[in-house]
Amino acid sequence: MAESATFEVRVHGRGGQGAVTAAELLSVAAFDEGRHAQAFPSFGSERTGAPVVSFCRFSEGPIRTREPVASPDALIVLDPTLVHQVDLFAGLRPDGYLLLSSSRRLAELGLGEVAERLRPGHALSIPAREVARRHLGKPLPNAALLGGFAALTGQLSLPPVEAAIRERFPSPAGEANAAAAAECFELVRQIRAESEVPDASTQERSRA
Amino acid sequence: MLRQIEGSAAVAETVARCRPEVVCAYPISPQTHIVEGLSDLVRNGELSPCEYMTVESEFAALSVCIGASAAGARAYTATASQGLLYMAEALYNASGLGLPIVMTVANRAIGAPINIWNDHSDTMSQRDCGWLQLYAEDNQEAADLHVQAFRIAERLSLPVMVCMDGFILTHAFERIDVPEAAAVDAFLPPFEPRQLLDPAEPMTIGAMVGPEAFAEVKYLAHAKQLQALDVIPEAAAEFESAFGRPSGGLVRCYRCDDAGTVVVALGSVLGTIEDTVDELREEGVSIGALAIKSFRPFPMEAVRDALAGARRVVVLEKALAVGRGGIVSADVGMALRGLHLPVHTVVAGLGGRAITGASLRRLLDAAVADELGDLEFLDLDWNRVGAELRRMADSERSGPHAENILREVGVVAGRPH
Repeated sequence: MAESATFEVRVHGRGGQGAVTAAELLSVAAFDEGRHAQAFPSFGSERTGAPVVSFCRFSEGPIRTREPVASPDALIVLDPTLVHQVDLFAGLRPDGYLLLSSSRRLAELGLGEVAERLRPGHALSIPAREVARRHLGKPLPNAALLGGFAALTGQLSLPPVEAAIRERFPSPAGEANAAAAAECFELVRQIRAESEVPDASTQERSRA
Repeated sequence: MLRQIEGSAAVAETVARCRPEVVCAYPISPQTHIVEGLSDLVRNGELSPCEYMTVESEFAALSVCIGASAAGARAYTATASQGLLYMAEALYNASGLGLPIVMTVANRAIGAPINIWNDHSDTMSQRDCGWLQLYAEDNQEAADLHVQAFRIAERLSLPVMVCMDGFILTHAFERIDVPEAAAVDAFLPPFEPRQLLDPAEPMTIGAMVGPEAFAEVKYLAHAKQLQALDVIPEAAAEFESAFGRPSGGLVRCYRCDDAGTVVVALGSVLGTIEDTVDELREEGVSIGALAIKSFRPFPMEAVRDALAGARRVVVLEKALAVGRGGIVSADVGMALRGLHLPVHTVVAGLGGRAITGASLRRLLDAAVADELGDLEFLDLDWNRVGAELRRMADSERSGPHAENILREVGVVAGRPH
């Protein structure tokens, strides 16, 4: 049961894309900001390419529940082809956020309706694979998306996200992933600025 | 120092700070990250002196620990599920020989049908093998219990299992304060074995004992476990004064002092239960929870004291005694004998089925309304069970249940017969 003070994230990916690591890194970044955080995977028979789900919760106080996140405040989708295989949007809160890795717009992916159910500016696709490929030489979108998540939701600032990434991956992969996250952070800020959506980070912080 | 790390990593670091001299384990999900972490710490020299032995099976892993412990080394292993079953014969030997081995069990279901996810079937199946069994509610406690486990084991000369929920705890990242090395050293003096195999002074252990003395030796095993009812709370109190936080002990009450309904459980599900208890308390329902931390020895008196004032008891267990029902609830019922308190058994979370706050809420609403039966199954799909029972009744060759139910669920699993 989600307390109102708890922010819940569900990450969808395929085995090998780093969905589990993404949730873990989110929890480390939130911890660095002084919050309580919990990340855990929903494992199947681990196979490269099989759908994988992981979860992360942030809270100002201790987190006791161990149940999977059924009504996420934010969804991070590492692979748009999962749309055809998994009930990605199940339970997503009406005031929630959607961040999906794709170079195509949500409407082009047939997700216009899903985006419309959410508040304006709360649903975005960003070319995280392409950004990652440029920085890392590999199309691994997980770390890049975390930068986008920080800018989209305002739940985290960029520095702890970068720090968590650098701590997890030895150089040069750490630096490259952190750079990809920073680029996606800026990209999401620009997209939101262009669509005249108030900056989430200032909005959330002023509320807190 | 608090860090945001994986439960398995915290356990590996904590075990290393307990300075085992022999670690021998065979990898099995969801225990693997723990022993991988330990092998790294041995390889890079952070855990030294320590022999990390690789073997071909769990039977060998525990047998190596038995030999090491008998030779005076502090020995550690870890396993789960079928791995624990494969150790079964050696488990009885370790306890029968009085060897203070510490083992982590990353709790996981037992097949068939094969299942890698969490429940308590593995450790419950070995509850009477003579090992102490301590259950962790969260990863902080999982780490802390290992420090206490070595101390309890060596004080009593008995082996201890630290049970932590597989995946739910082993693979969860949360804030954990790994016990500081210097404090662990102060808490845990070097291992002084009660008996020691020494080539310089040859002796044998493991005598054959006939009818003339077997019962007496077995009774002593029971008496030693009962001594643990004093040693476990002592270790918990000493741990709290040394490390500044409560961990372990026999039982822990949560809002159960004046509670009409008390939910009894073991392990990580207590967190979700406590959230639900708070929700119901806000609505004026008189309810609480009791965590059983030590399942072996079973703390009869502590359980009776904690539950004696309740009007009903709900035992939520992650295991099923097929043909009987509850395992924990049978012991709870024994603790409450003569009190005429209804004890409801609820089997939940088998094979990794999530125990949600919403399901607990429905269950406890029914409990408070006196609508629970003696044996309940949380979130069981009765339609699917009923369909399979009808198939069995209709046909002599109705096929295997696992495949039939999977087809009902819509997961492809082989062809129909």
